[in-house]
Amino acid sequence: MSIDPLILAGARARGKRPAFLELPESDRLLSMLMALASDVAVMRERLDTVERLLDTKGVVTRADIEGFKPDRNAAYERGLLHRELVARLMRGVQQDMEALVEAEQSLEDISLELRDS
Amino acid sequence: MKKRDDIPPDYREVKRHGVFPEVAHDEAARFNFLANLNRHVAGVLGAGNKAAYETRVLPAFVKAEGRAPKDRFEIRHAMNRDPYHRFWSAMKRNSMEMRQQAGRAMVLRQLDDLGVKAAALNMGQDTLELHPEVAVPRYQAAVDIHCMPGSYYTEAAPGDVLAGANYDCGIFATTGGALGGLTDGGGQALVKWISEARPGWVPGRVLDIGCTIGHNVVPLALAFPETEFWAIDTAAPSLRYAHARARSLGATNIRFVQMNAEDLSRFPDGHFDWVQTTMFLHELSGKALPRIIAEGARVLAPGGLMLHLEQPAYTEKMPLFEQFMRDWDAFNNNEPFWSAMHSLDIPAIMDAAGLPKDHQFSIRVAAEVDPDIFPAAASGSEEDYGRAAAWDAYGVWKPQGDALKALREAAE
Repeated sequence: MSIDPLILAGARARGKRPAFLELPESDRLLSMLMALASDVAVMRERLDTVERLLDTKGVVTRADIEGFKPDRNAAYERGLLHRELVARLMRGVQQDMEALVEAEQSLEDISLELRDS
Repeated sequence: MKKRDDIPPDYREVKRHGVFPEVAHDEAARFNFLANLNRHVAGVLGAGNKAAYETRVLPAFVKAEGRAPKDRFEIRHAMNRDPYHRFWSAMKRNSMEMRQQAGRAMVLRQLDDLGVKAAALNMGQDTLELHPEVAVPRYQAAVDIHCMPGSYYTEAAPGDVLAGANYDCGIFATTGGALGGLTDGGGQALVKWISEARPGWVPGRVLDIGCTIGHNVVPLALAFPETEFWAIDTAAPSLRYAHARARSLGATNIRFVQMNAEDLSRFPDGHFDWVQTTMFLHELSGKALPRIIAEGARVLAPGGLMLHLEQPAYTEKMPLFEQFMRDWDAFNNNEPFWSAMHSLDIPAIMDAAGLPKDHQFSIRVAAEVDPDIFPAAASGSEEDYGRAAAWDAYGVWKPQGDALKALREAAE
């Protein structure tokens, strides 16, 4: 038997999973959100490890990090990083907004139209 | 600023033994996150359940029914319609599933290495007896207990230790470290208790039923090095791991045997001086539990000790809301016998097995852990019901000599 650790690690436990939230999609979204939160926390801890090691080894002190002020170019690049992340997060909201001002036929209607035209 | 007392210790405080998985930086961090998540969800947000119950669920129930809920089941059905409780439950369920995934991922990536380590510790030892003909009982097979994929008994590869290693490495996250560095706070508590209850007593033979990875029997075996310990379970992958784990911790006086405790016919009457279970009875069934207690009573020597560690029973004194909260794992964390078990009259079942009530006792024991590192068990409103590192023990000293004779005569 071949083992795919990636899939096996996340395997389902036997036993019907209760429906907690109103919509099954909400339950799934919450699972994803919590996994994401976990990995953000893991990354933050890893960063903390790096900071502390740099500090103890005298490479970069935590005071250096706390007192760091980016120059204008760096500040822009970092601002852009934040803005890009926000834009990725808000994709769905943005697309809802765009859809509000553009009356559209359903794909089903278009598909019927194309079949018959 | 004063330090908070609800921050679990770092995962790297978990003590390593010979078959404990290697822990990478991010794996430790992931367990740290989960331990803190659990403390927060149980200790901080758990209180919202009672608030939701008192402010809206109970008033709505009373308005609709003209009375208060009559049992924990009615409360559960009502609470399962409440958005706060639903969301809280969803988060708690996810944290369980995430813990399983984290533990399995860590073990699976080194499964072969762990197998080699376990085999080296197990090889040539007659103290590990696996009997593949032992069937997985229905109460183990019906669902995967604790949402552990594959439960205690499934192998990902022949002869592996996945189930045991995964169970071992994740308990820290579930309990926030409250069971101590070797997850043996329960066993350590028993060592302390017996040394105070019967100073100087050295049992000749001890039977630990449903031992899983042996975490609660090893402290006893180390405390009584001359005693012959038998630790039994139906799950081979757990036993394989348990035996290697015990060996690496220096406990060589435990015989781990794959066996179903409903049939202890291998042992003659009165064979053991101490028969125990720790956090095991709730994973059985309505018929298996009394059978196991009866078999345990039979193989217990007159004057011997029977002891069962469990979470508190649902007595009339326990508020219905607390019973409902304690029942969460039954329906949301795959513990299908949990609810029924905690309303059983265990003293009566022991009595029926020939261990009379007037020889019984009950004690409250809390996990014995290094308080410098591991947090004290939370209690009261912050308690993580069902998972608190404190237990009620049902105990009985089997009558001997004249007392036993008198009982038999009374029965006739």
